Amino acid sequence: MENFDKENATNFLKNAMSRRGFLGAAGAVAATGALAACGTGGSTSAPASSGSAAAAFPTDVSDTEKIVRWANWPLYLDFDDAAKTYPTLDAFAAASGLAPTYKEEIDDNATFWGKVNGQLKTGKDIGFDIVTPTDWMASRFIQYGYAQPLDAAKVPNKTNILDGLANVSFDKGRNYSLTWQSGFAGIVWNKEKVPNGIQSVEQLWSDELKGKVTVLSEMRDTMGVILLSLGIDIAAGITEAQWQQGLDLMNEKLGDNSIYKVQGNEYSKDLISKKAWAGIVWSGDVFVLNAENDDQWGFALPDSGGTLWSDNMLIPSTSSHQSNAMALMNHYYDPAVAAEVAAYVNYICPVKGAQAEMEKIDPELATSEFIFPTSETLKKASVFPALDSAAEQSFTDSWATTIGV
Amino acid sequence: MAFAHALGDSSTSSGAPTTKAKRKLTPYLLLLPGGLWLGIFFVIPIFILFMTALQTPLPDGLPGQYIQTFTFSNFTEVLSRPQFLDALRRSFTYASLATLLALAIGYPLAYAIAFKAGKYKNIMLIMVIAPFFVSFILRTIAWRQILGDEGPVLDVMRFIGLASETTSVYPSSFSVVAGLAYNFLPFMTLPIYSSLERMDVRLIEASGDLYAHGLTTFRKVTLPISLPGVVAGTLLTWIPSAGDYINASLLGNQRTTMIGNVIDSRFLGNVDYPTAAVLSFTLMLSILILVSLYVRRTGTDELV
Repeated sequence: MENFDKENATNFLKNAMSRRGFLGAAGAVAATGALAACGTGGSTSAPASSGSAAAAFPTDVSDTEKIVRWANWPLYLDFDDAAKTYPTLDAFAAASGLAPTYKEEIDDNATFWGKVNGQLKTGKDIGFDIVTPTDWMASRFIQYGYAQPLDAAKVPNKTNILDGLANVSFDKGRNYSLTWQSGFAGIVWNKEKVPNGIQSVEQLWSDELKGKVTVLSEMRDTMGVILLSLGIDIAAGITEAQWQQGLDLMNEKLGDNSIYKVQGNEYSKDLISKKAWAGIVWSGDVFVLNAENDDQWGFALPDSGGTLWSDNMLIPSTSSHQSNAMALMNHYYDPAVAAEVAAYVNYICPVKGAQAEMEKIDPELATSEFIFPTSETLKKASVFPALDSAAEQSFTDSWATTIGV
Repeated sequence: MAFAHALGDSSTSSGAPTTKAKRKLTPYLLLLPGGLWLGIFFVIPIFILFMTALQTPLPDGLPGQYIQTFTFSNFTEVLSRPQFLDALRRSFTYASLATLLALAIGYPLAYAIAFKAGKYKNIMLIMVIAPFFVSFILRTIAWRQILGDEGPVLDVMRFIGLASETTSVYPSSFSVVAGLAYNFLPFMTLPIYSSLERMDVRLIEASGDLYAHGLTTFRKVTLPISLPGVVAGTLLTWIPSAGDYINASLLGNQRTTMIGNVIDSRFLGNVDYPTAAVLSFTLMLSILILVSLYVRRTGTDELV
């Protein structure tokens, strides 16, 4: 009984605070603060001319200052509820002699950017030696010259990264970043309302589902899935015309009320209340929802494909503890450590060999498609391509206009 | 007002020359903290906001990089996009409807607390304020369940035949207005309550003695006395409602977007600072104009 309650409570917490759960809620609140505080923020812009700003990073003082400060998303690292400690982080501290500080500081990419970009521009310490933004934001860090290069000799485990993640478009060869965890955007359906399941995006537009479909407000995930359903290979890059094709489909489906709402993580409430019967959502959320609501939902990558997003560890340009940061990254790319983390967070583990290690911890989780997707599943997932500056501005603008903001 | 009053007082008061000088300084010293606060946290940010509104993207720059170009055409360009104007119009419509709804609920509530609650007065007051102990966002999300397709509101409406199986109220403009009215109800109720509570009950008796009906008494006595509370309450409800974006984002959809949602998305999501600044500036200016018209009409003398 006690066990049951504890599990329930943990699940509740996870749901309430799941990594993306903050997008809507906390992001919205923080926005007010950011609006007031940032004023011009990054706007008056001394051009941090992309790439070439590699000039002056702080001198590495790792030898004298034995610390490493890490900013990550909520509930994204194995946590011992009883002892109130992070076991894998403690193991790192014991082995390396460093004193790591871990903060659940990022609850929204855009808000986090709003918080730190002013300091990054002026070269003032943002208080972190590792930050963990999502792909497109990691891309922005690298483009702005706000990420420091990794030294392969100091991160020998770097080679353990999954092949599919080793050459992402925003960081070919992973010279600046390493994947922390990944997840899918695909299709969810309520098993009771849609007993036959959903295999394709087209099925979302059927008459039975009119007004019952929710899609993500995260542009890259929704548009990725939509464009793939139109037969466009997004990983190869997206042209203006293809983008417009996707927007036309969105406009049509929003216009005839097939899609009743475009939203962030709050869609989970609508799934529970059965307002939404199906939609384009994130895999990790469905995992948690099913765990606490009797397996009510099915999740699949549509035949045409889904998207694969990742959060990436990188060293911000203002850090002067580069070596310590790389030691920590190296620690988490040890398969045994990665498995320990994955058993807790339930996202896709980016480290080769972790699956074998997971067998020792929890054989059931070792076969979980949510943590260790088969190569067949991975084949169906595409990474949204990095956009050049002009395309990003035009795409985000037309996307916002399409979804009414 | 208070400022002029204080100055007037000190100049007419008698006393030794030194204390007189000191007294002359006093009002300024008293104003200093508030003045500094306003200067640092209001005037300067407004100025920065205005300057941001006049920026243009850095040629060949990254998203979020802008240069100061004093491009006043930003205003005409942004304000000619029908989508933004719709959002602006919607904000004011929703805020006005929510304010009327809150007034319709809040006034009787305040009246009941002030005159009819007896020993339950304090408990009722606490009940008005208690929702504040729960996060604004959580309370708003709860409304999704209440207004959901299988929620209690629709259940009742279906039972009495007001809704069919396919009717839904969330997401819609109705649910957004309902959410706004609910969330700002205490701001309406409390000022009205405080002006009613100070009212001398004997005035109502006197009115009755002069053969006024209940309704006439309310119209000629109670309402005028509570008017400052009503004006304060409507302002405290309408202004934050017009800028709110939580209700529209949680209880509405792409058809019920308010201007706050647009500013939020353009500023944080699209890092389009000039557009967001133009919209913020326009929103503030429109609120200022509308509020001053309203206040001029209703009169503020009793407010202070």
